Amino acid sequence: MTTRLSTSFPFPVKLSLLLAGIFLGLFFLVPLALVFGVSLASRGTYGGIAWIATWENYQRVLDPLVGTIFLRSILFAGITTLVCAVAGFPLAYCMARASRQWQLILLTLVMIPFWTNFLVRTYAWVLIFRADGILNTVLIWLGFQEEPLALLFTDVSVFVGLVYGYLPFMILPLVVAIERISPQLEEAAFDLYASMSAMFRHVVLPLSKPGFIAGGVLVFIPSLGAFITPYLLGGGQKMMLGTLIQQEFLVSRDWPFGSALSFGLMGTVLLLWFLLGRTSYGKDAS
Amino acid sequence: MKRLPRSFLLNSLMVMLFLYLPVVILIGLSFNASSMGVAWKGFTFQWYEKLWMDQSILDATVNSVIIAGVSTGLSLILGVGTAIGLEKSQGMAMPWVNMVMVLPLVIPEILLGVALLMVFVLCQIPLGFGSIIIGHMVFNLPLTVVIVRARLRKLDPAWEDAARDLGATSWDVLTRITLPLLRPAIWGAALLGFSVSLDDFVVTFFVGGPGSTTLPLKVFSMIKSGITPEINALSAVMVVVSMFCVGLSWLFQQRSATAASESSSL
Repeated sequence: MTTRLSTSFPFPVKLSLLLAGIFLGLFFLVPLALVFGVSLASRGTYGGIAWIATWENYQRVLDPLVGTIFLRSILFAGITTLVCAVAGFPLAYCMARASRQWQLILLTLVMIPFWTNFLVRTYAWVLIFRADGILNTVLIWLGFQEEPLALLFTDVSVFVGLVYGYLPFMILPLVVAIERISPQLEEAAFDLYASMSAMFRHVVLPLSKPGFIAGGVLVFIPSLGAFITPYLLGGGQKMMLGTLIQQEFLVSRDWPFGSALSFGLMGTVLLLWFLLGRTSYGKDAS
Repeated sequence: MKRLPRSFLLNSLMVMLFLYLPVVILIGLSFNASSMGVAWKGFTFQWYEKLWMDQSILDATVNSVIIAGVSTGLSLILGVGTAIGLEKSQGMAMPWVNMVMVLPLVIPEILLGVALLMVFVLCQIPLGFGSIIIGHMVFNLPLTVVIVRARLRKLDPAWEDAARDLGATSWDVLTRITLPLLRPAIWGAALLGFSVSLDDFVVTFFVGGPGSTTLPLKVFSMIKSGITPEINALSAVMVVVSMFCVGLSWLFQQRSATAASESSSL
């Protein structure tokens, strides 16, 4: 099959390529570059930007109080990713091995909450965790508890919200990865007297690695920058990077410092990509 | 392969419950007559009626639809051509072009929000409809390109080659072969983009201004000022609308997949 690469595009195709390039350059690349630029500037007297170069904003990122929030966000995102992987794997496996019809049904079921409004889904957990919410009402009604528990604005409520928000991101790549594993490999393991758990440990789990990596990135990155979840379910005490950045931009109006935080977030994300890109290429080669 | 471990099935069931229970509770509570707490006080439509009477919510709905419509429309106009151009020029499509095209979809949204806010303020572009539409296009355009390219990759190049052999100009090939074959994917991308734009909170929150409040922003400010049954009703409506849009988009893309397999088997 020879596709002619020299095909000249009709004018509208050229025009949209050009315009899309200009658009994303102006409103995506330039803004990101600006974040870096402003992160090296100083704060003006009335909250504006004074264009005096300084490292001070990055020094403040390393300040113990801010550093704690940074590290906590990384920890929260990491644990969220882990929980999603453990909770998502069995369902992903069932989906990958289901009949075509069931697969389509399950896929649709997983996709629906994924595309419903994130804010609204997070708000649903506020209704569950509130002092007079569903969970406390049920616990008191069942007699487990006399007084309502403080569930909202805790680490647990933030975790549940993050896992709930990003679980489908883990399941979908896992399904794709598991589908690629030939069922014959599993049968071969059983023929060689592997137990169910040995088969999973030695065959399915290692071969699902690309799915875990892709899913992990897709869960970790938005969890790290999450804003709605820590805001609604964590309140003011359980700050995360996203809520801190929002505060610097919209409340404290310290744009240079907010930019330094944002660039730290972006740097972490890019570093993660770079590292995973290298390891997964190495894996493919072997 | 029917040997699924029972614990796996049980776990899957629990994950599904976990995914759906909150949404079901939310919709259920929106019909609860009690205005305080969660105890069931009978079935009512009154919160929905109250929504209907609330002018600020109607305004926010209109704003949301305008913004989603314009940003999706513009993204389609640019995105379809861009997808065709990128897909057909593999030779010169450098990896970094592809990366820039997907990056807006994978970086934390808050980065996009603050970066755009600074550009708009520094360039003195007023915050409002225009800035929100631009902000939504930054993720809507790549979304359209990704969906249309996925479909293009599955198209049999023989169709276009045949048309060219029969003397069609590149314009004819585009308008009479490629675009009609892409139609289901274009509809799918439009509905998905519309739904994502309708639902967006973070970017809108940063680049929005007074007078351009969208539905998610309205919900957010309502939650901040205290939880009321109207929020449940409004949330339930939003859940149902986005489910409808996404379901329809899913259907179009599904049909585009079957159409592709049929056309290649001819």
